[in-house]
This record gives sequence, structure tokens and C-alpha cells, in this order.
Amino acid sequence: MPIAAHAQSKAEMAATHPGIEAQIAEAARFTRRHLVASIYRATSGHPGGALSCADILAALFGAELNMWPNAVDDPQRDRFVLSKGHACPTLYAIAAWHGFCDRKQSLNLRKLGSPFQGHPHVKDLPWVETSTGSLGQGFSVAMGMAMGLKLQKINARVYTVLGDGEMQEGSVWETAMCSAHHKLDNFCTVIDYNKMQSDALNEEICGLYPLGDKWRAFGWEVQEIDGHNTSEILAAFRNAATTRGKPSMIIANTIKGKGVPYMEGSPAWHGSVKLSREQAETALVALGCNAEEIKEFLDV
Amino acid sequence: MSDNTAPALIGSSGDSLREAFGKELTRIAADFPNLVVLDADVAGGTGIHHFRKAHPDKFLQFGIAEQNMVAAAGGLAATGMLPIVSGFACFLERAYEQARLSIGYARRNVKIVASHPGLDVGPDGGSAQALEDIAAFRAIPGMTVISPADPVETALATRAILEFDGPVYMRTGRSASVRLFDDSHKFEIGKGQILRDGSDVTLVACGVEVARAMKAADLLADEGVDARVVNMPTIKPIDEVLLKRCVIETGCLVTAEDHNIYGGLGSAVAEAVTKHRPCPIEFVGLMDSFGCSGEPDELAEYFKITAPFIAAAAMRAIARKDALQ
Repeated sequence: MPIAAHAQSKAEMAATHPGIEAQIAEAARFTRRHLVASIYRATSGHPGGALSCADILAALFGAELNMWPNAVDDPQRDRFVLSKGHACPTLYAIAAWHGFCDRKQSLNLRKLGSPFQGHPHVKDLPWVETSTGSLGQGFSVAMGMAMGLKLQKINARVYTVLGDGEMQEGSVWETAMCSAHHKLDNFCTVIDYNKMQSDALNEEICGLYPLGDKWRAFGWEVQEIDGHNTSEILAAFRNAATTRGKPSMIIANTIKGKGVPYMEGSPAWHGSVKLSREQAETALVALGCNAEEIKEFLDV
Repeated sequence: MSDNTAPALIGSSGDSLREAFGKELTRIAADFPNLVVLDADVAGGTGIHHFRKAHPDKFLQFGIAEQNMVAAAGGLAATGMLPIVSGFACFLERAYEQARLSIGYARRNVKIVASHPGLDVGPDGGSAQALEDIAAFRAIPGMTVISPADPVETALATRAILEFDGPVYMRTGRSASVRLFDDSHKFEIGKGQILRDGSDVTLVACGVEVARAMKAADLLADEGVDARVVNMPTIKPIDEVLLKRCVIETGCLVTAEDHNIYGGLGSAVAEAVTKHRPCPIEFVGLMDSFGCSGEPDELAEYFKITAPFIAAAAMRAIARKDALQ
């Protein structure tokens, strides 16, 4: 049991909590609203890939990651690294939902003096595990954490979320090979497979297909799921936690811009984009905000 | 802080800096319980094979994948381990961006130790001779950069960087080195020292060039020139106090390094000197060129970084100083 202050792991709590999926859905809804608002306020940011991983991060923080705001430096904690650092508005939002940071302050994205930089920085925020923003690196650093925990016989897990375009970085495959070689079964990676990157579809830029076969060939335990289906995400995390002798890869099929219809499936919203007032309001309406909530998110 | 004096039996004359590093690291490993050494399949060439044999449980093999290794070192440090990343200088440059983001920017307590720097690599040729590593790593904010001069100093620096809290890049070396120091030698990060006093010019050197600067001072003495020699093993942060004193007392400088003249020791010295009290400086090093195959001593001659060239540079510096007066 990793965190002494908590008698049960989040997975155990979730298993005995019938309403957990509804809670995660609520957290994901908040996350999407918050990230749209923070990107609007920042006048720049990457909404498409932030929206596509919202359900994954909501499930991870809600029912899997044994890390609590009052113990962010506990050596026994699980670690989470957002390797696709440009999706950090999602991380800031879910962290705010779970009390790691203030819900209002974390709307202050990409501003001088704000710790909520355009890509997450470990020296700015104590619950960010490492600085990311250069694709591929977070994955390698996370693997190093998994090694360090094993060496110290700490029974905690390391989670990381990668973008699909990130697969094109050669160092990702160095880490893939090394993680399997060292049998890092405390290491669980999710690919936010929304099939699009900055300029166009993955398959048009530099194809990834067949992605699952690639990871299987590299010696990983591979699961392919619907990355917007909470019960599938939670089941995949549970399978990963009981896999022995190899690292786990969860290929989460997602939709870029998920939850905001005019963004869904369009690489135009990869970013970095400026959202107009109208676009931000339309997005928040689609995410179920009423007029008062919209004002709260965009103005206060 | 332990008493950092030279260990006996390490650094007999002819020992390479990589051997001194590997042997000393092996000897002191028990003092650092969280120490772990990362290798990219070059342990036999970096002196780390000694460590691997003695401490296999603290040795991590990454294969020929430096980018992953350097970033993973950041992750290991994040969990409280004390990683030494070991490799050849030119291939560690391949992981420069990992060193920048996942070690420098994240301020991880990781030590990058590079063997085979500069022309010292020899016959492997220009592709393998890192002549820009000091410039590159010096430019990462918060990165300490060290290039020891002999086996004794390398052994002392090995302990010093492990005791120091912060990211470090340290050069060792491949070829047999000249032993300059005895067991009473002291090493402190950020401090240079006067090895030979003189009043006409100061020769500031690091790494393999320190021995050549000492020889140059002998050559200059034969010409009636009284040259001071400063060993400057820490290139960043550079010993500005000592440099200022040398400028005041000798009025001109020569820097000597097995590195491009741009961005390395010479640049660091010039930056410090112009900040306090400008004076003529001559730069000995690679004149913005790559290396080529040859034995290290032949290459040093060919690229004009041996004692006679340092002495000639000293004469130029003195002439410029005299012209100012």
C-alpha cells in the first residue's frame, strides 16, 4: 500500500464505489470546461489534444493514481508524467479538480509570473513530476522513475500519457526497448491515439500503423481501448497493474477535440490557436455550461 | 563534506583520466548509497568496467541509446537516486536536448561524465572528437562544467561532483596522461590554482592542456619570460577572483584547451576578464575546425595546441600588452 496516510489505494476505493464512473465523468466535464477557458484566457494553446485526453486523465486521477495533494513529495506515491506536455491545460484542470492547485489560479495559463506555463515545469508546481514539452522526453524520464522505484524496492507505479505524433520521435523507441528489457512492470503508458498531429493526420505525416503490433513487437503488454469509455479505461489500468514481467501500453482510441463538436476530428484545433469569445462560449455551451458558468469561467 | 584529499594508488603516471575516474568511483561507491551508473555499451572505454565488476547491482545498461539514457537519468534522480551518466563525449552530445530539459531545466542531481573528449580520442578520427562539448554544456543554465588535468585531480573531482548537489558535466580522457599532482593535491569545484608563479603572462589551461602549459612555461623561461601557469579545472563557474588577480599581476593571458576556441575555456576566461579588467588574451585551441585521425600527440602538434604553440601565443600576448603601455 503506497501512501501511508491512505488506508486504501484509489483502485480499491473505486472497486467498492459504485458511483465512481459518474464521478469521473463529472471530473472530465469540469476538465474540458476548465481547459477551454484557460486556453481562451491565454489566447493560445492546444485545445484539440487536450480535449482528447481528458477522459484518460480523469480516470487516472479519479481511480488509479495513488497521489494526494497533502503528500506530493511522499516517496511512496505513484508518479504521473504528461509526456505530451502541450496538453497541460488538461493536467492543470484535473489537478485543480482534485485539489492539487486552485481552480481559479490554474485558469491563469501561459502568463508571465504564473506557474501554469505553456508546458508543465517541475520547478513551478510541486505535483508536476518532471518538465515536459519536448516530445519523447517525458516518456524516457518516466521510465527512469520506474527504474528508480524498482531499485529502491518502492511498490509504486509510474503512469505516462503520450501523444500519437510523439511516436515519431526516435527516442520513444529507445525507451520502448529499454523498458521491456528491464521488465518494468510498474510502468504503464497510455497513448492518446487521436490519429492527428499538428499539421495533418498521422498517416499523412509519417504513418504509425499498425501501432499495436509495433508495441507488441517491442515486448509490451498491449491493450487497445476506447479512450472515452471510462469503464474500458479503468479495466485497462487494472489489467496493467496485474501484468508481470513487462511494461504496459494502453492504446486509447480517441477523438481530437472530443466534447466540442466544432473541434472534433479537425487538426485545425491542434494549436497553438487563439479562441475567439464566440468560439469559447460555443464550446462551453456544448460542454453544458449555463450563462452564469460561462461568465465564471471566461471573465472572473 | 569529507576531506577531499587524493587517494593513494590512484593516478600513477600513465594512467588515463578515464581509468582514474572508473577506479575512484568504484572505490568510493559505498559512500553514496543511492549511486547508480548508467552506460550506453561503452563501459570498457569509459573506465566504468571497474565499477560494473565491483557493483553490478548499481550498474544500469541502456544499450546504444544515449537520448533515453540521459532523460532516464533525470527520472532516476527524481526518485532520489544519484545517477552518473557515463559515455563518450561526442555521443552524449546527441542527448543534448535531454540534458537541457530533463536534467538542466528540471535541475536534477545528475552527473554526466564524458570520456574521449577532444583530439585526445585520436585515431577514431574527426567524427568521434568532441571539440564543442564544453561550449554546449556550459550554455545550459545551472550546469557545472569540469575538466580535470591529471589522474589525481580526476579522482578528487569524482568525489567532489558526487558530494555536490546539482547537475554536472565532467570530461575525463582516453589517452595516458601526465601525472601533475601528488597526494596532497586539493580540488574544489569553482577554484583554479596557480601551479607555477610568474609575472609576465598567465597561461590558463584545463584538461590535457595543463601539462602542455607547464612545458610551455619551461620553454618561455629559456627565453627569459616569466610565465605563470593556472590550472582551471572548473570551466563553469569559472574562478573569477583568481583570474582578476592574474590580470592585475601579469597583465595578459593565454588560454589553452583541447576544444574549439569558441565557447570553451577561452571564452569563459574572456567573459570573466572583460567583466572585471580587460587585458590582451590569446586563445590556443582548435581554430573553429573539426579533428581528424592520428595519434593524440600528433594531432595536438598538427592542430597547434602543444607547448611551443602555447609559448608562441604567450609571446604574442606579451607583445600586445607592451604595445598598450
